[in-house]
Amino acid sequence: MRNERDMTTNSAFRTPHSALEVSFTLNGTPTTVSVPDSERLLDTLRYRLGLTGAKEGCAEGECGACTVWLDGLPANSCLVPIYQVRGRRVNTVEALDPAAVAPLLDAGATQCGACTPGVVMTALWILQHPDVLATHTVRELMAGNLCRCTGYDGIVDGIEAARP
Amino acid sequence: MKRGPPSTGAAVQRREGLAKLTGRERYVDDLPLEDFLWGMTVRSPPPSPRGSITAIRFGRDVDWSQFVVVDHRDLPGPNVVYLIEQDQPVLAAGVVRHVHEPVLLLAHPDRDALRRAVHAVEVVVEPEAPVLDFRLPSRSDEIQYGPDNVLKHLRIEKGDVARALAQAPVVVEGEYETGAQEHVYLETQGMIAALEGEVLVIRGSMQCPYYVLNALKHALARDETRLRVIQTPTGGGFGGKEEFPSHLALHAALLALKAGRAVKMIYDRGEDMAATTKRHPARVRHRTGLTRDGRLLAQDIEVLLDGGAYVTLSPVVLSRGLIHAAGPYFCENVRIDGRAVFTNAVPFGAFRGFGAPQTLFACERHMDVIARTLGMDPALLRRVNLIRDGQSTATGQVINDGSDRVAVLERALDVSGWREKRRAHAAFNAARAPVRRGLGLATFYHGGGFTGGGEVYLKSRLQVAGLPDGRIEVRSANIEMGQGTLTVFTQIAADRLGLAPDAVVIAEADTARVPNSGPTVASRTTMVVGRLVERACDDLRRRLGLSESARGDSVRAALRDWHRAHPDQSLVGEVVYEKPPGINWDDATYRGDAYGAFAWAAYVAEVEVDLRTCAVRVTDFVAVQDIGKVINEILARGQVQGGVVQGIGWALMEECKWQDGAMVNNQLTNYIIPTSDDVPPIRVAFLETPYPHGAQGAKGLGELPIDGPAPAILNAIAEATGADPRTIPLTPERLMTIAEFGMRNAE
Repeated sequence: MRNERDMTTNSAFRTPHSALEVSFTLNGTPTTVSVPDSERLLDTLRYRLGLTGAKEGCAEGECGACTVWLDGLPANSCLVPIYQVRGRRVNTVEALDPAAVAPLLDAGATQCGACTPGVVMTALWILQHPDVLATHTVRELMAGNLCRCTGYDGIVDGIEAARP
Repeated sequence: MKRGPPSTGAAVQRREGLAKLTGRERYVDDLPLEDFLWGMTVRSPPPSPRGSITAIRFGRDVDWSQFVVVDHRDLPGPNVVYLIEQDQPVLAAGVVRHVHEPVLLLAHPDRDALRRAVHAVEVVVEPEAPVLDFRLPSRSDEIQYGPDNVLKHLRIEKGDVARALAQAPVVVEGEYETGAQEHVYLETQGMIAALEGEVLVIRGSMQCPYYVLNALKHALARDETRLRVIQTPTGGGFGGKEEFPSHLALHAALLALKAGRAVKMIYDRGEDMAATTKRHPARVRHRTGLTRDGRLLAQDIEVLLDGGAYVTLSPVVLSRGLIHAAGPYFCENVRIDGRAVFTNAVPFGAFRGFGAPQTLFACERHMDVIARTLGMDPALLRRVNLIRDGQSTATGQVINDGSDRVAVLERALDVSGWREKRRAHAAFNAARAPVRRGLGLATFYHGGGFTGGGEVYLKSRLQVAGLPDGRIEVRSANIEMGQGTLTVFTQIAADRLGLAPDAVVIAEADTARVPNSGPTVASRTTMVVGRLVERACDDLRRRLGLSESARGDSVRAALRDWHRAHPDQSLVGEVVYEKPPGINWDDATYRGDAYGAFAWAAYVAEVEVDLRTCAVRVTDFVAVQDIGKVINEILARGQVQGGVVQGIGWALMEECKWQDGAMVNNQLTNYIIPTSDDVPPIRVAFLETPYPHGAQGAKGLGELPIDGPAPAILNAIAEATGADPRTIPLTPERLMTIAEFGMRNAE
């Protein structure tokens, strides 16, 4: 089957590229990095800037474990080439107010925690944009973040409890 | 000031929860690491699952002098990953038995250069005849294990099945199949190996630090004083990090030893899904004798598991599968015959439920087939046959735990609205709309802890240390992977000594610091190891010279006094597992008390089936179980909800596509697991009949919830459509091919 890839082809055809200087606003702070031009935002955050909250769960935009906010919108950072971030705003889980996650903790929204930073980024975005709840359910809005532990009830209940 | 509040049953918050929610928890790939190499694996390629390696060619475009290269000749000790049987090599040496078998290891500072190098190695395999369908008998040129490729054959016998079947007024037969399932822990397998002086230190994602230690000790021929294994926060396991991490730890260790530098290996999702273990595919046949009013007279059950290309844990998976195969019912005549057969598939291994989900799927789907044959209500059929106290299981274990299994069933029927909804659905379906509704039931059980004499053999040890500041430290090898060990152990220890939860420290699972309290598997952590926590707390209190009733302030004061009197000494309560009295198992005859305790459950699924698309939607799910004692309700409920959703995935959508004995849909784009929008809220209720030998009365819980969803859902689909599905995953494509369904659909 053509759409089914060889097991290690993820990035297999990357070739060395020249370094690229990229400036963007990271969690409110102007930031400049010099990186290979093929690098993904996820790798820049994790391996160059030490922001390891975002995780690689699938590297193809399915699981949402790498979710960050790009110009205020949730985005899979595994699918964002670093050059696309030039001049934009990136917010990561590390910059969140810990008090905002209390309802999620109370509801049992985290178990193993590997999906959790991504879940939190989407969940808090929903809570900051309650207008989307007029047209979509929490379950629809969270469907881009896979969780294998909770069965989603803890996540959905936590968001519902925190709704304004 | 509130002092030492009893935390029993209270919703104490997950201890590491805030760190996880704020992204501060450091998993293995998040740890700061200086001056290290990335490690990767060169694997045997498709299309030859079985054969001899005739050449390994290194591409000319790579400067190989920059790479650390390891093959099987670099092993200081025997080339086996230590487990039940010593048959699986650390690295293939001349022959391969499955696709994706590890052949070479490479390390390099640059991950992209390493990826290109892996693809520049060509492993040439001269093929031999593989076994790829476990259901077919092997031809002579396919035999690779014993006389018939059977890895393990087990039999459970009770009464006289042949005679009872011959005399039974009704005999119902059925054949059921279950597919492989991928764990999809969100954190892929990962490991770091580094030499710290003379000590080889392994840090990584794992369920069983001492399994990893044992594997290193054997294959590296290195004594335990020069080995140390530290579990890092583990992003999901579900059994997938029971035996496999031993392989990855050995690979990282070999590279680190050869390189003289730290090596980090993190699988990407594609490699993780293609090359690591999965749930064993199974075929189960039932032949059941009954009275006309539905009483079980004889159960003749045949279980066949695909064992994959190495033994791994298949014999014990088979064992647990067989012991659960007859269901939570009383029957005087039972024969369960099971085999795990060798194939050239990527090895199968531990997965939540460990054989029981496969056999309980067959049993519970078969119960509904029986009910339909007899024209009987499926709930009544189960109520008639559920085991009562004083009656015995297939292995002859007399159940006497005081649990009311009929009450569990009744509660599930009540909460789900079984009777009213069945009537309403019949009326709804009679209108012949394109969408049909159905309700399905499964009653089942799951044994907690190791099977038979397993817990005795483990000899688990655990310590509770008294610290100078009045706190205590629980030292166990049982790990947190999301299921709540840190929180539950905290509650158990705090309750036992009357301390506040924050006066309890849980030691890192580091083999240099904690004794071997056994693996974090088999639903044993709360029930069995939690009981060791209680007993070690008692031992600590004894060492302090306190009475059995001493709690709270008196314990804290005694700890401080002891340390003032014994400066620089350590105070440690320590216990070893002791078999509860009256539990006896005979491994030779497979008779006796298979488990210390069973948890009991009844699950009800409601579905809507769209006859046009064959899409199935689970619209309601009720999960009722008696687990002895709920220690933390939020955590317990989360275990059930997560297990049920994993079960919904296995039942309806998670299909491993196979080619040459390897999974080819090894990515989350086309191996579909449930999203939040695919599942309904999971409604959970607990009954509590305490088990006297479990911590606070608890029985095992972690695996139970994945046993029930698949049969309940298929029973609901059968009720909704009149179809008779026997195989999971029941994808829309598969449902569409079922003949009866097609006929009804065409009406």
